[in-house]
Amino acid sequence: MELLSGGDMLVRALQDEGVDLIFGYPGGSALHIYDAIFRQKGIKHVLVRHEQGATHAADGYSRSTGKVGVVLVTSGPGATNAITGIATAYMDSIPMVVISGQVPSDKIGEDAFQETDMVGCSRPIVKHSFLVKNAEEIPEVVKKAFYIASTGRPGPVVIDIPKDVTNPADRFPYRYPEKLRMRSYTPAGKGHSGQIRKAIALLLSAKRPVIYAGGGVVQGEGAGLLTELAKRLNYPVTNTLMGLGAYPGSDKRFLGMLGMHGTFEANTAMHHADVILAVGARFDDRVTNTPNKFCPGAKIIHIDVDPASISKTIVADIPIVGTVQSVLSEMLEMLKSSEEQPDQSAIVDWWRQIDDWRERHGIYTAPRYRTDGAMIMPQEVIRAVYDITEGDAFVTSDVGQHQMFAAQYYLFDKPRRWINSGGLGTMGFGLPAALGVKIAHPDKDVVCVTGEGSIQMCIQELSTATQYHLPVKILCLNNQALGMVKQWQEMQYEGRLSNSVYEESLPDFVKLAEAYGHLGVKIERREELHDKLHEAFAIKDRTVFIDVYVDPSEHVYPMQVMPNGSMRDMWLSKTERT
Amino acid sequence: MRRIISVLMENEPGALSRVVGLFSQRGYNIESLTVAPTEDATLSRLTMVTIGDDHKIEQVTKNLNKLIDVVKLVDLTEGSHIERELLLVKVRASGAQRDEVKRSVDIFRGQIVDVTSNMYTVQVAGTGEKLDAFLQALGEHTIMEVVRSGVSGIARGEKVLSV
Ligand SMILES: Cc1cc2nc3c(=O)[nH]c(=O)nc-3n(C[C@H](O)[C@H](O)[C@H](O)COP(=O)(O)OP(=O)(O)OC[C@H]3O[C@@H](n4cnc5c(N)ncnc54)[C@H](O)[C@@H]3O)c2cc1C
Ligand SMILES: Cc1ncc(C[n+]2csc(CCOP(=O)(O)OP(=O)(O)O)c2C)c(N)n1
Ligand SMILES: [Mg+2]
Repeated sequence: MELLSGGDMLVRALQDEGVDLIFGYPGGSALHIYDAIFRQKGIKHVLVRHEQGATHAADGYSRSTGKVGVVLVTSGPGATNAITGIATAYMDSIPMVVISGQVPSDKIGEDAFQETDMVGCSRPIVKHSFLVKNAEEIPEVVKKAFYIASTGRPGPVVIDIPKDVTNPADRFPYRYPEKLRMRSYTPAGKGHSGQIRKAIALLLSAKRPVIYAGGGVVQGEGAGLLTELAKRLNYPVTNTLMGLGAYPGSDKRFLGMLGMHGTFEANTAMHHADVILAVGARFDDRVTNTPNKFCPGAKIIHIDVDPASISKTIVADIPIVGTVQSVLSEMLEMLKSSEEQPDQSAIVDWWRQIDDWRERHGIYTAPRYRTDGAMIMPQEVIRAVYDITEGDAFVTSDVGQHQMFAAQYYLFDKPRRWINSGGLGTMGFGLPAALGVKIAHPDKDVVCVTGEGSIQMCIQELSTATQYHLPVKILCLNNQALGMVKQWQEMQYEGRLSNSVYEESLPDFVKLAEAYGHLGVKIERREELHDKLHEAFAIKDRTVFIDVYVDPSEHVYPMQVMPNGSMRDMWLSKTERT
Repeated sequence: MRRIISVLMENEPGALSRVVGLFSQRGYNIESLTVAPTEDATLSRLTMVTIGDDHKIEQVTKNLNKLIDVVKLVDLTEGSHIERELLLVKVRASGAQRDEVKRSVDIFRGQIVDVTSNMYTVQVAGTGEKLDAFLQALGEHTIMEVVRSGVSGIARGEKVLSV
């Protein structure tokens, strides 16, 4: 058998696992591993400018491809810098393997230079973690890490490796395990057929059904099946922020996003529904509003691969534990062979009702923002970019108002096109994520929708874009404020803008982009918006920073009334409430 | 409701901290916790007492099951079971007190496992309730030091928790 050092073993095991890309940043404890990377060819390493960037880039890569994102960092500050990105991946159930260097085994616990207890620090935000004790364990640990990260409910896995374990002087026999046996980990597969049969009966009896689909449908490659099911039944579909693209956004059965900034028709339909089919969605508090006022008349079918997601906040009437793929295909089989049909006249009435809601306050039936002012409205910027990119771009986002405008106004027809931090809401996610997406999809338009606040949280990655020639578009909806914070302060704190504005301190983003070797475009006047956007998007071989000055007073609507509101209680504008 | 949850988990470093961490992270409370390897050295058996309504307990068991190190678990309180806890207590015992204490120990089927001229060290095993009752019977003034092992338990009858 071949003899390899721990460092070489690690790299070889990653290759054997099919990894061809790592995002990382070197440092003392990881240097043996970095040397092993230097001496091989199969894996490309992307040097970011901050470890947080590495995690978000690997995350974006994963979300856009379905593959496991891989990160390599050093001990101490390298590891702690990765924490935010690990938590981001954890909250959105993204498969990721993070390898961190650690101080040598015999120094652990001595407050050694750059020592942090990475397994301890990351414990609440990982699906699992390993502290490698000796080099012989490496192949099996790597195999397990990828298996755990990518199966069941996906999530990040940390492998912490003390420096002595990767010492080039010590060599051991290498063999990559073909199979794994883990008695303590068996992810759910097929759903219970009896439950599925009950679910079909309930679905077919529905008079006011809604399909509520989330990130699990995107992650679990269930979008095709979900679309087939919804079209076959002709039932309305709403997606969570994480589920956008799980059902085609431009289809007439799509009600838009639901929840805190969901559409009037999606939230109102949910509230009045008699049957809700929840698929790969976790009844997040940004969706349900006040739990005991949630959808009072609805019977709930809940499909999720993680039993702990079911009946966590909202009790399911028919729980089904299984993957979206297996459960939805079984449902479709049953539907196809069933004599029963949906109650057509009830469904027609239901659609009539929904169409009426759409007419009244829908954001897709008429613009619900100013169209006659001099200011550029953020919504129209997103619409314009949607048109220019023909709805086919990969859109990453940061966190804030711009994120909500992108979610509402860019209609995603395909899964894995909308890439944002929903569960943790991590400002700084957008740019590095866009770089990860661009590496995976070099021929596609990749747009990072951001705000002048968020972009400054990982702006250093502009340099990574330069080094690896990753021409993405950065679309900054510049409202000169931490807009989402400001909106809450205006709505709930009588307009006391405590630390949500920057007092003339914003950088000149055009110059900043140029300093990194990119192009910068500033758009301030409404009449130049379309032309300048077209020009910017015509440039395919450069990173372009498009700094659009939008109406700083604009709020995101609808916005659910909190606290104590139900799904249907919404602000529709600054003055109008349901 | 008070529940006794018994967990079989991989005897791996860090496994215990994941269980304990889960409880603090999710705001569940632990009344007591005991853990030791089983006859199979690769497995540990952990018993914990927690308090919560049915919904909470369902989440507790689901989230415990989600931990990769957890192989199997059972809520012992769902069926008939045997519950034991070990109590060691140092009690002041001199003069007439000596007999009095001795009598209480006998009533509770405890044993005196160490003596000096002024005190006894008493060992009692039983349910948590029984130990509470024993301590109460001793009366506060005689107690010098108390140590309890935390509850461990096992199902009655042929049912076993094993891999
Ligand atoms: C500023 C801001 C505003 C927000 N506003 C909203 C809003 O208005 N509306 C909204 O919806 N969200 C909003 N969010 C996001 C929100 O916080 C949650 O992240 C989101 O609602 C969760 O989406 P989800 O339910 O689809 O769950 P996800 O986090 O995507 O979880 C997926 C679920 O699917 C399951 N799953 C995974 N894979 C599979 C599989 N293969 N088979 C079966 N099940 C699987 C998982 O176990 C999990 O339960 C907002 C976030 C921010 C930052
Ligand atoms: C790392 C981090 N810190 C703080 C917040 C809280 N927060 C949410 S939105 C927001 C404002 C974002 O400002 P900007 O990026 O300019 O977006 P805008 O809302 O103005 O569109 C803040 C501070 C967060 N989500 N993430
Ligand atoms: Mg802003």
